[in-house]
Amino acid sequence: MTRKRRRLFVVLLGMATLGIAAALVLFAFEDNLVFFYSPSDVAEREIKPGQRIRVGGLVEAASLQRTPASPEVSFAVTDMRRSLKIVYTGILPDLFREGQGIVAEGTLRPDGAFEARSVLAKHDENYMPPEVADSLKRAGVWQHREPQQDASGKARP
Amino acid sequence: MDGIVGFLSMGGYWPFVWPAYGAAALGLGGLLALSIRWLRANEAALARLERERPRRSVARSGPAP
Amino acid sequence: MLHRFANPARFLRIARWVVPWSASLGLVSGAAGLYLGLAGSPADYQQGDTVRIMYVHVPAAWMALAAYATMALASAVALIWKHPLADLIAKSTAPIGATFTAIALITGALWGQPTWGTWWVWDARLTSVLILLFLYVGYLALWNAFDDPTRAARAAAVLALVGVVNLPIIKFSVDWWNTLHQPASVLKIGGPTIHPAMLTPLLLMALAFLCYFITLLLLRVRGELAARKLRALQAARAEG
Repeated sequence: MTRKRRRLFVVLLGMATLGIAAALVLFAFEDNLVFFYSPSDVAEREIKPGQRIRVGGLVEAASLQRTPASPEVSFAVTDMRRSLKIVYTGILPDLFREGQGIVAEGTLRPDGAFEARSVLAKHDENYMPPEVADSLKRAGVWQHREPQQDASGKARP
Repeated sequence: MDGIVGFLSMGGYWPFVWPAYGAAALGLGGLLALSIRWLRANEAALARLERERPRRSVARSGPAP
Repeated sequence: MLHRFANPARFLRIARWVVPWSASLGLVSGAAGLYLGLAGSPADYQQGDTVRIMYVHVPAAWMALAAYATMALASAVALIWKHPLADLIAKSTAPIGATFTAIALITGALWGQPTWGTWWVWDARLTSVLILLFLYVGYLALWNAFDDPTRAARAAAVLALVGVVNLPIIKFSVDWWNTLHQPASVLKIGGPTIHPAMLTPLLLMALAFLCYFITLLLLRVRGELAARKLRALQAARAEG
């Protein structure tokens, strides 16, 4: 084995070892790497009331309720298996709509609802002009989730 | 929206869109300017030294080991 | 075959030929991309005009990864084959990659605030890109930490190779873990999910960023070659 061969071998072996080690570490710490839990995760993990977590999911259609003359809103998020009621007092982000993804940070209340301290909008990987989105909806070939109701008022300021 | 004002307002998102383009221009432009200045300084210093010792530099620019 | 390019004189000849072409192509595609991105493309159906931040954010992020891959590859060649130019190429890549990474982070914050409602979150994608910036900074710091350039080059090359493990983490973080950042739109199975009117400026800007990278890399390697020769001449003069 020439010295170059040996160095090549050492580098490749080192990289492979490192890769495996990294994969094991990431696998072990998966719980800390997820940014939010889904409503199913919340149910399965038996999160205690008062524990600060983040919950993410799609805002269920027609679930948004506003309290008159107050900034309090409530809505449900779903991962298509379970859904969770979220109560929030504050201004919702521009992209908040029924059918869109959101991530809420806060605590579970004893009654099972989730009290959010902050709500972030998640947006998906689809980008298109408004006219195209409209015509897709008209033609009935809208593939991804329905963002049609503009629950939070106009998106654009 | 009319013309240039509509364009500059970016649908109300101007405080985000323009700084983003500004940051990119500043970063890329700044690094380019610094790199060119540094390259010129190095090449000028090298040219000065080579004028003083021409034979040495010819020997050094031969094929690398 | 590698050693055909090991000759600095030949490298300089090639670089002098490539630089005008890559610079012009970069300027043309950048101008077209800027025009289309800022004025000649529609606003997004949900995000409105904030989507235009994508045309700098995404190319910067792509090139941050591409520059790191270049740096790691050059470091491997330097470690294994002791190629005399590879160290200089790897070293020249780092400041450019760090700049791309910083731009991706800054424009990302400016995009996150109006769309997500926050400048920054510690999700897997954002955090792994921040680590990429630290890797670049650490790499440059290692080069400066040694007096002997050979030892500096070796230490920096090892760090560059160790950091490679971060590249797949960045790329796949959005698929492996729940993140606030959305998944890939262009480089994905099943084709891009960006309307062609928006994909065109994005790809033009990406080409411009790539040309910028090539041009600046060649200029910086030229500078490193001059600096190395300068050091050698000064050392010779000090002795003689």
